[in-house]
Amino acid sequence: MIIFQLALRNLIRAGLRTWLNVFVLSLAFVAIILMQGVNQGIIEQASRSMIDSELGGGQYWHANYDPFDPLTLEDAHAPLPPELQRLIAEGKATAVLVSQGTIYPGGRMMPVLLKGIDPRQQILDLPTAELANHAGTIPVLLGSRMAESTGLKVGDPLTIRWRDAHGTFDARDALVVQIMNTSVQTVDQGQVWLPLDTLRRMAAMPGEATLITLAKNTSPPANFHDWDFKDLNFLLRDVREIVRFRKIAAGILNTILLFLALVAIFDTQILSVFRRRKEIGTLIALGMTRSGVIRLFTLEGGLHGILAVVVGAIYGIPLLGYLASTGIPLPQSSEGFGMAIGLVLYPVYGPALVLGSLLLVLLTVTVVSYLPTRQIANLKPTEALRGRVL
Amino acid sequence: MQNSILISTNNLTKRFPMGEDAVVALDQVNLQFRKGEFAGLVGPSGSGKTTLLNIIGSLDVPSEGEVLVLGEAIEKIGHKAAARLRNRHIGFIFQTFNLLPVYTAFENVEFPLLLQRIPESQRKKAVWESLEWVGLTDKAKSRPSQLSGGQSQRVAIARAMVKRPSIMLADEPTANLDAQNSHNILQIMERLNRELQTTFIFSTHDEKVIQYLRRKITLDDGRVASDETFTTERAGS
Ligand SMILES: Nc1ncnc2c1ncn2[C@@H]1O[C@H](COP(=O)(O)OP(=O)(O)OP(=O)(O)O)[C@@H](O)[C@H]1O
Ligand SMILES: [Mg+2]
Repeated sequence: MIIFQLALRNLIRAGLRTWLNVFVLSLAFVAIILMQGVNQGIIEQASRSMIDSELGGGQYWHANYDPFDPLTLEDAHAPLPPELQRLIAEGKATAVLVSQGTIYPGGRMMPVLLKGIDPRQQILDLPTAELANHAGTIPVLLGSRMAESTGLKVGDPLTIRWRDAHGTFDARDALVVQIMNTSVQTVDQGQVWLPLDTLRRMAAMPGEATLITLAKNTSPPANFHDWDFKDLNFLLRDVREIVRFRKIAAGILNTILLFLALVAIFDTQILSVFRRRKEIGTLIALGMTRSGVIRLFTLEGGLHGILAVVVGAIYGIPLLGYLASTGIPLPQSSEGFGMAIGLVLYPVYGPALVLGSLLLVLLTVTVVSYLPTRQIANLKPTEALRGRVL
Repeated sequence: MQNSILISTNNLTKRFPMGEDAVVALDQVNLQFRKGEFAGLVGPSGSGKTTLLNIIGSLDVPSEGEVLVLGEAIEKIGHKAAARLRNRHIGFIFQTFNLLPVYTAFENVEFPLLLQRIPESQRKKAVWESLEWVGLTDKAKSRPSQLSGGQSQRVAIARAMVKRPSIMLADEPTANLDAQNSHNILQIMERLNRELQTTFIFSTHDEKVIQYLRRKITLDDGRVASDETFTTERAGS
């Protein structure tokens, strides 16, 4: 296409200004992809680790269970419906009994959630096997954050005090048998894991559970009386909510960046139409129509977008690729923005994200390139030839 | 078709709105130009020379009257047809050269052919030929900023002639050139006129140009004051 060649030639020979515009635009372009990629990485990474070590394929909750209100725990337990028992026997689900308790690390008093889980379970990625074979004591499993905040190490004794189903308080010594590294705070902070049977005995709740976690990709049997199925969509809503706010913040930042780049191009276009009047007149005298000149100038501006994509790709692909493969280390203190992310974040750039950003950049650039050129339609060729400003 | 009429104006009047009333730039002009003419519009500043050239070149339209250029009625021609007429059949030469600044001399000359979508090999050949005509093959790669005034105007002539137009319109082509360069480009144009039968219409104040003319039309206040034809070659030969 002739007009494309001409536009590219004009643009590239305009020199430094072009490359400045292109560079700023490419920065916006790469930043948009990176920021969105980081957010997508957060969602995927947090969801994945929460699914792996806590949520599985979704959970049945006892109707009274409310994770945000520990006081409901007293009533949030019941024997399992036979269908769920069968799923557990088939290895497609595992039960967790949750109960309130208190521990006394280093003489301090600390309310905790006692969580009983089958040591042989394969559903969740937790080292529960360590809880097996500790006759004569109560083996407990802690997360690393919990271990740090309590100062407990493997082999340390630990006093647990709890109240059983009849309201009777009791206390016993337990033994820390394993500390696990996990990015998922909701299986770590303030939690003490112990064998399910042991907790059932302690709490006098034989055969009961608070929640049942299904294996990944297991479709839930129907709802049961007293047991509500919570799908991943529901269970991961917090992650999505937090990321939604991050996305809004990133969106504002991206808009500002893109806006700056667009203003630079808009300015260039206005200046072009203003300064290149004589050239416009000459083009018309040489046989271009005014709409042809408008197309040429719009294309010149729009090509900023295409060049920005090319330039952005030159440094963006290696940069974004490097970050995606080695990950972005997060400062220990940030604790993965309060989500189950771990110490390294791996951005994820989907084709929709890349293509979407591409279209956004090209479209907005074309629009801001076009707007100033509409003036040309009102330009008289004879005036333009004189280089006169209207 | 020797001596056929390429351009004719019939009671051509052009007014420019000027506040309440209008400036009459051309007043009932009746002129005809034949193939192969080497004619000039002379007259004081503001007499309407540029305005007439612009209308013949379909860059502007008459307020009244008819103008026929190569069979096209300028008073009712559309944008597209006008652009096509200029692109194929009319070459413009300007006082200020008007080369496209980011293009090389070669690319400037090539431009009208690009618009015509002429294939590359044919295009290149035509461009080199035109540059040879004006003696600037060695400056093909130069940008306008690297050319002298005389060289720039010669590139502009090459650009105007590369498409072999029937009509060349030159508005004060020598006004920014010294004597030697003026004679040089006039000789080039005269040769074009002689060898390719290209019709030239100048607008000028320049005695040097007037020497070369074979027809001198004097405008005064938008009216044709005199129209003289010289049968003998006068200068340059
Ligand atoms: N765009 C315009 N708007 C208003 N008046 C105009 C316009 N163009 C030309 N005129 C007027 O029309 C008249 C003829 O102008 P024109 O430019 O044709 O003169 P000219 O013979 O070429 O003069 P010069 O020798 O100075 O170039 C002048 O009075 C001029 O002021
Ligand atoms: Mg003039």
